[in-house]
Amino acid sequence: MPRIKPADLARMASLARLALAEDEISSMTRDLENILGYVASLEGLETEGVEPTAHGFELATPLRPDRPVAPMDPELAVANAPARQGTAFLVPKVLEEEG
Amino acid sequence: MAGAQSLLAGSLGEQREGLDRRDVRATELVAASLDRMTSRARLGAIISRQDASAMASAEASDKRIAAGKPLSPLDGIPVLLKDNIVQAGEPATCASRILNNYISPFDAAVTERLLAAGAVIVGRTNMDEFAMGSSTENSIYGPSHNPWDESRTCGGSSGGSAAAVSAGLVPLAFGSDTGGSIRQPASFCGVVGLKPTYGRVSRWGLVAFASSLDQIGPFGRRVSDCAVALEWVAGHDERDSTSILEPSPKWSGAHASPDSRDDLSGLVIGLPREYFDEEGVEPGVLKRVREAISVLEEAGASFQSISLPHTSYTIATYYLIATAEASSNLARFDGIRYGHRAEQAKDLDDLYRRSRSEGFSDEVKRRILLGTYVLSAGYYDAYYVKAQRVRTLIRRDFEAAFETCDAILTPTTAEVAFPLGAKSDDPLSMYLSDAYTVSANLAGLPGLSMPCGLSEGMPVGLQLLGPPLGEAVILRVGEAYERRAKHHLVSPPEPQ
Repeated sequence: MPRIKPADLARMASLARLALAEDEISSMTRDLENILGYVASLEGLETEGVEPTAHGFELATPLRPDRPVAPMDPELAVANAPARQGTAFLVPKVLEEEG
Repeated sequence: MAGAQSLLAGSLGEQREGLDRRDVRATELVAASLDRMTSRARLGAIISRQDASAMASAEASDKRIAAGKPLSPLDGIPVLLKDNIVQAGEPATCASRILNNYISPFDAAVTERLLAAGAVIVGRTNMDEFAMGSSTENSIYGPSHNPWDESRTCGGSSGGSAAAVSAGLVPLAFGSDTGGSIRQPASFCGVVGLKPTYGRVSRWGLVAFASSLDQIGPFGRRVSDCAVALEWVAGHDERDSTSILEPSPKWSGAHASPDSRDDLSGLVIGLPREYFDEEGVEPGVLKRVREAISVLEEAGASFQSISLPHTSYTIATYYLIATAEASSNLARFDGIRYGHRAEQAKDLDDLYRRSRSEGFSDEVKRRILLGTYVLSAGYYDAYYVKAQRVRTLIRRDFEAAFETCDAILTPTTAEVAFPLGAKSDDPLSMYLSDAYTVSANLAGLPGLSMPCGLSEGMPVGLQLLGPPLGEAVILRVGEAYERRAKHHLVSPPEPQ
């Protein structure tokens, strides 16, 4: 019984906004199946009641003074944009124009 | 280029002395570094260079040094940054097509601190795309080669930085370590690499891979070089909410007296049984590490066998957590605000899909897909939360160990540098090459890799792990070992 099927992988690709060709889907499914087979070693480990760790060790939440700082120059902020209009990012049309 | 080679032959400390004695000027040192980047271009260690600004910075350093007012021990020293640590006005590609044309509008915290200390940034180093890899082969610029044997990998993902220090392009370079990406290449290239405690160095301006594991650190030829470098880049930064508030002590030269520094009496070093598995570690590696243990015993350290019972689960735990975090972090690359944008997209969603598919390599896609899978409904608890629980068990292993010992010693890797291409077609076997390094990231510990001799003509790395914020103890042990063993005096061969 495979852990991951090509249809699952296609769904993950869609969620991750990746367009994969048929042959990529089959090779990636194979790779992920191998990796998931390896990580299955965790299944046998008893972790009932063990708290999950999100960070390596406890961090205090640092506080800082609430003071205004200058924002990045808008010219600089859009300088890397593949397409721009003035200081705005240009994207394909999202809404169709009405009649 | 013999002149460039000899000027750069020494450590950062020696180059500092040369500058302070006015035996050499920063402009000469930086010019030599730039020359050597050219003469050793075949190593593939460098992605981009900044000759003009570096020479201008070196001139400013020379003026300060001549006035007897250097800004820091790094003033006038040529330095390289891994291509995922941004610098204003410079490219930061992460060796990825998706950031091919990106020019950073700001400085990383580390970059800011280095520049404020007068360090001269001469260029940016090659890496596995988005730091995802263990061999610096997964780069759009092609692989970096190991200076000890160009047919072998230099390790990864910070392979370009390790190769550059090993080949004497610079005395100091920076990398990032998410699962061993500083320590493993340091081991393969025969240099010192330090992964600080998680949160010790600000991650502001480090392109994020796995945010709960990523940490920036230095490569140098001497342990003391890494200690000095850490002093100047560590410390709280309010722009990184995971940067620790703890003040950074002075790590370099912090010994009571020259006589006491080599004496490790009273220090207990743990040897985890799981890392000395005769079947898992190459005999040549094990032999060198055992010799290092004898040297440290002569220095007064005592050793005890310890157990880290969850060691066999670390790689599985790491790859679930790291890919989950990566899938989230890499969602920002969408072709809208910066980076590669696909042409002729039908609509916005098509633009995202095409831009990302054209911009990322297979390995990055593989990790995003795995991360998306382990975070998706129905699998989240079984994979992601399960891995986080095992992470707790791994952390507790170390907490228990550090109740009985001051530091832990292991091989950095089970093998010496492998041939280029040897693991390229087998993602899982590549992942397993991080077996001895990932635990420090999962537990947030500081880790040092330093050379401990050669096996089959290739460097072997010794790994020292300390408790959280325990950089001082591993640097002390490392320095004592280095002064006795003197492996830092051995350099890779010059090409004919």
